[in-house]
Amino acid sequence: MRRLFSVLILVWVTGGAAAWAEEMRLAVTTSFQNSGLSAVLLPAIKADTGIDVRLIVVGTGQALRLGRAGDVDAVLVHSRKAEEDFVAGGFAPYRREIMYNDFVIVGPKADPAGIGDADTIGTALARLAEAAASFVSRGDDSGTHKRELTLWTGAGIDPEAVAMRYLSVGAGMGTALNIAAGAGAYILTDRGSWLNFANKADLRVLFAGAPELVNQYAYLPVSAERFTNLNAGAAMRLEEWLTSPQAKMLINGYSIDGEQLFRWGSAAADDPS
Amino acid sequence: MNDIVEGLLHALRLIVTLDGDLVEITLRSLRVTLTATAIASLIALPLGALLAVRRFRFRRATIAILNALMGLPPVVVGLIVYILFSRSGPFGVLGLLFTPTAMIIAQVIIIVPLITSIAHQALRDIWAEYHDLLISLGASGRQRVATLIWDGRRSLITAGLAGFGRGIGEVGAIMVVGGNIDHVTRVLTTAIALETGRGDFALALGLGFVLIGLAVSVNLIIHSLSGTEVGSRW
Repeated sequence: MRRLFSVLILVWVTGGAAAWAEEMRLAVTTSFQNSGLSAVLLPAIKADTGIDVRLIVVGTGQALRLGRAGDVDAVLVHSRKAEEDFVAGGFAPYRREIMYNDFVIVGPKADPAGIGDADTIGTALARLAEAAASFVSRGDDSGTHKRELTLWTGAGIDPEAVAMRYLSVGAGMGTALNIAAGAGAYILTDRGSWLNFANKADLRVLFAGAPELVNQYAYLPVSAERFTNLNAGAAMRLEEWLTSPQAKMLINGYSIDGEQLFRWGSAAADDPS
Repeated sequence: MNDIVEGLLHALRLIVTLDGDLVEITLRSLRVTLTATAIASLIALPLGALLAVRRFRFRRATIAILNALMGLPPVVVGLIVYILFSRSGPFGVLGLLFTPTAMIIAQVIIIVPLITSIAHQALRDIWAEYHDLLISLGASGRQRVATLIWDGRRSLITAGLAGFGRGIGEVGAIMVVGGNIDHVTRVLTTAIALETGRGDFALALGLGFVLIGLAVSVNLIIHSLSGTEVGSRW
C-alpha cells in the first residue's frame, strides 16, 4: 500500500509523462505561433523526423536571450542585426534563412492619416507623424519592434517627438493588436499574425509592399561547443527538415482566406535586386 | 458584452464535449497548484505556528517581511527562479527549466508567505487562549505547535485555500519558468493569455470560466471533506 502510494506520488509530481520521442527546445518569435504556422509544421516534423519540438514562444529579444543562456537548443527569429550579433558572440555557428513574409501597417479603416495612397514607406511614416493619430509600438525588443524602430530612423523621424501619439505597450504581437483595435490606432505587424488575428475590429491593412518591409526568418542552432548539454543532433535534423522540399511545400501551402502567409527560403536569394 | 455570453457558451461546449486539450491543461493546472499548495503548507503551517509560539529577536521583522511578501509580484519570482534554474545558473545542471517542476517551485515561493501570514494570524488568537494551559501542562515546543495546528485546522484550511487561489490564477511566474509549451507546461492561465494574444476572446473567456469553476469546485470539495460549515454548528 505504501509503495503504491509513493508510486502514485511520483506519477503525480512527474506528470507520468513518459517521453519516448526525442525532444528539443526551440525558442520562436510570437508570430510563428500567432500565425498558426506552428500548428501545421510541428505534427509534420514529428511524423518525418520523430522529433518532439517544444516551442518557447517569446519575442526575438527574449528568444536570443534564452539561446545565450543555453536554455534552448535552437532559435527561430526575425531580426537580422540581432542574429548577426548572436553569431558574432559565438552563441550559434551560423544563421540560416528559412522563410519570409512581409510587415504591413494596419490602421483604422477611415485612415485619418491618409497613408493608404502613400507611395513609399518614408511618405507613409511622415504622414502618420503629422496626423492626429495614435500608433501602437510593441516596445518589447522583439523583431517587429526592432524593425519598426529601424523604419522610423530610416525616415528621419523621432516618433515620440511628433504630433502623433506614440503608445509603447511592451507586449506581444497579439496583445499589441488588441490594443490597437481597441484604441483605433495604427500598428506595424507581420502579415502572418495579422491574417490569423481574430479581433480585427475596425482595422485594415493600409500600407504594404515596400522593399523595407521584407520580414526574413532565420534558424540559429545554439552552439553545441559552448553548451555541452544541448540536443545538437535534433537541432541539426530540424534544420535539415526546415530546408527540405517537404517544409517548402507546407510553408508555401499555408494560407488563410486564400492568402499565402509565408514564402519558404531567403528573400534576398529570391529577389537579388 | 456579447463576448461574455459567447465565452460562457464556449466554456459549456468545451466541458460538455470533454475537449481533450481542455482536460489535459486543466489537470496540469490542478497538479501544479495542488502540489505547490501541499509543499507550501508543509513549510508554512509549522512556520506560522512557530511564529505564534516562539519569541525571538527578529520576530516582528520576520512577520512584517512575510506580510509584505504576500504581495510579491509573480513575474519577479518567475524571473528569479528562471535565473537560478537556467542552464547558465547555479541549478542549471538539474535541467528543470520549462518543466512542471519549475512551475511548482515558483508557486511554492509565491504562496508560502501568504499561507504563513494567514496561519500565523489565526494561530496567534488560539495561542492567546491556550497559552496558560499549555505552559502549566508543561507541553514541549513541538507539542505546542502540534496542538495549535490541530485545533486551528479550520482556519488553516482557509490559509491553504488562499494559497491555492493565488497559485491557480497566477500566470506571470509560470509563463517565465514553464514557457507555456503545448502538452508539457501549458496550463489554464497561460492558455488564456495565449488565446487573448490571438484575439480569440470567446475561447479565452471560456477557459477563464472553466478556471473559475475549477477553483470553486476545489474549495467546495475541501470544505465538505473537512466538515466545516455544517448546519448544526455556528
